[in-house]
Amino acid sequence: MSSTTTRSASAHPSGARIAVTGLTKRFLTPSGSAFTALRDVTFSVEPGQFCAIVGPTGCGKSTTLGMVAGLDRASAGSVEVGGHEVQGVTRGVSFMFQADALLPWKTVLHNVMLGPILNHTSKKDAAAKARDWLRRVGLAGFEDHYTHQLSGGMRKRVAMAAALINEPAILLMDEPFGALDVQTKAIMQTELIGLWEELRPTVLFITHDLDEAVALADRVIVMTAGPGAVKASYDIDLPRPRGAVQELRYDQRFLEIQHHIWQSLKDEVERAYARDAAVPA
Amino acid sequence: MRTTTAPTRTDETGDTRFAAADKAASTAARRLRWRRRGLVWLARLAFVGFIVGGWQFCTGWTPNGSSTPLVDPFFFGRPSLVWQRTIELFRDGTSYGSFWFDIFTTMHEAVYGFFCGAVAGIVLGVVLGQSAFLADVIGPFIKMVNAIPRIVLGSIFIVAFGVGSTPKILLAAVLVFFVVFFNAFQGVREVDRNIVANARVLGGSSLQIVRHVTVPSALTWITASLHTAFGFAIVGALVGEVLGAQRGLGLIIRTSQNRFDPNGVFACMLVIAVITLGAEFLIGLVEKRLLSWRPVDQSTWSGV
Ligand SMILES: Nc1ncnc2c1ncn2[C@@H]1O[C@H](COP(=O)(O)OP(=O)(O)O)[C@@H](O)[C@H]1O
Ligand SMILES: [Mg+2]
Repeated sequence: MSSTTTRSASAHPSGARIAVTGLTKRFLTPSGSAFTALRDVTFSVEPGQFCAIVGPTGCGKSTTLGMVAGLDRASAGSVEVGGHEVQGVTRGVSFMFQADALLPWKTVLHNVMLGPILNHTSKKDAAAKARDWLRRVGLAGFEDHYTHQLSGGMRKRVAMAAALINEPAILLMDEPFGALDVQTKAIMQTELIGLWEELRPTVLFITHDLDEAVALADRVIVMTAGPGAVKASYDIDLPRPRGAVQELRYDQRFLEIQHHIWQSLKDEVERAYARDAAVPA
Repeated sequence: MRTTTAPTRTDETGDTRFAAADKAASTAARRLRWRRRGLVWLARLAFVGFIVGGWQFCTGWTPNGSSTPLVDPFFFGRPSLVWQRTIELFRDGTSYGSFWFDIFTTMHEAVYGFFCGAVAGIVLGVVLGQSAFLADVIGPFIKMVNAIPRIVLGSIFIVAFGVGSTPKILLAAVLVFFVVFFNAFQGVREVDRNIVANARVLGGSSLQIVRHVTVPSALTWITASLHTAFGFAIVGALVGEVLGAQRGLGLIIRTSQNRFDPNGVFACMLVIAVITLGAEFLIGLVEKRLLSWRPVDQSTWSGV
């Protein structure tokens, strides 16, 4: 794969700064009362930084991401991206979800072309760019396949190419590798890091896998069990380039950091579990 | 432990050693498919033979001590007579003129009605499926119109537009519209929200999302409805013609009915069946083209 050899460790960050201030989100429950999913969330991510958010299920991670993307409106507080307050869909953002958002009726090539096409790039240029990106994620030769003909890992690569082709200033990832098997997951993580080190967008990466967060990120934010709030933030001082994710798991420093953050996350996971278990099904 | 920074792709592309085995397996699979198809056709022919043969037999066989056959062909027709009548219709025409012109008239009305109804159904289905507000406003009215018995609508159209082809086209269009509309609406509602969110984030405008995401996604639903819809278009044209017309298959059916000629009615039904099967085939081709991306194993069931 070319991504591991062409990485330049000191690429200029092309990312934008994300500043989330006092973000609160309430939902209307079916019974008509308000339910607070997020309470007063404040954090910021520096340009080109890889920031992971961990927290128990249902603490509002996806909700936070949706508001950074501008897909959803905040009940209170604000999100600023690149110095501008988010109103409507944020420009220069790409998203990657756990379930892949690929179009089953388009070929791999046309799926990757979608970003440029939606931004009014000519078909020819979009196709050339998409071919280049498919090569970069190791899928040259699969241009004319449909997504149902690909394995889970290959679909993730298509999604990655489709997300990065617009050269986003911000990459939002919502448990992107959550549905993959362990080996594929490790390979995809390594590839993601390779591409990120090359392009240096600002990344906001949601996961419930603390190992993944520590292995990939510059900073890990721990959120409290619902209503979600920022509990703590940890700088990960593992040197870059970090190389293969599987290797990193045996690194002494990695284990120390992982253990340290887990002390904080554990309480929240237990609280979330106790609360879910107490609610009659 | 070995580092895996550069995974190779042999696991995904397969190994050349197995190419021969792959080829043999695919030949065997293809043969099996042809065999199955042959069996299906054989069973179909047997089924038709059973029905038509039984009908022919029952309208010809006279039980002991009875003056008329078991089933009286005067009321119920007879396959051999139906066939004879069909040939007569094509050869001699009717009292109104060439039979071909009647077929053309009905087809013309059905096809126009089909297109108008389908286009209206798709457009309104997509628009209302997109906008919850519009759906809430217009929904009850659509349900109301849908509740009106179609035959009443036919009468209204004939009174309003005379006995020309306009009321038949309208009636066919209305029938088609509701089938297509409800499917298109549902299809748009079923669009994957993740995909829409993704397209929006990538910079898609509402119109682009309709074009690249919503409509293609709803197409599975829409094309499925088109099969039924063409049948409805024919029904609309025929019912309109039976209610009042100057030409068309519906008129021939009605004249035959008035002359106690069940064979004439059946002859028209035969022609209609052939037309509908032909249209079904064409729609199937269009569907296959539009939905060529779908996994193949689904289409083995498309005979149903
Ligand atoms: N559209 C919605 N309407 C009502 N409640 C919602 C909605 N979206 C999310 N929630 C609730 O908000 C909380 C946070 O959800 P989410 O952000 O998806 O959590 P997670 O951290 O697992 O991604 C959950 O309790 C969820 O039930
Ligand atoms: Mg989530």
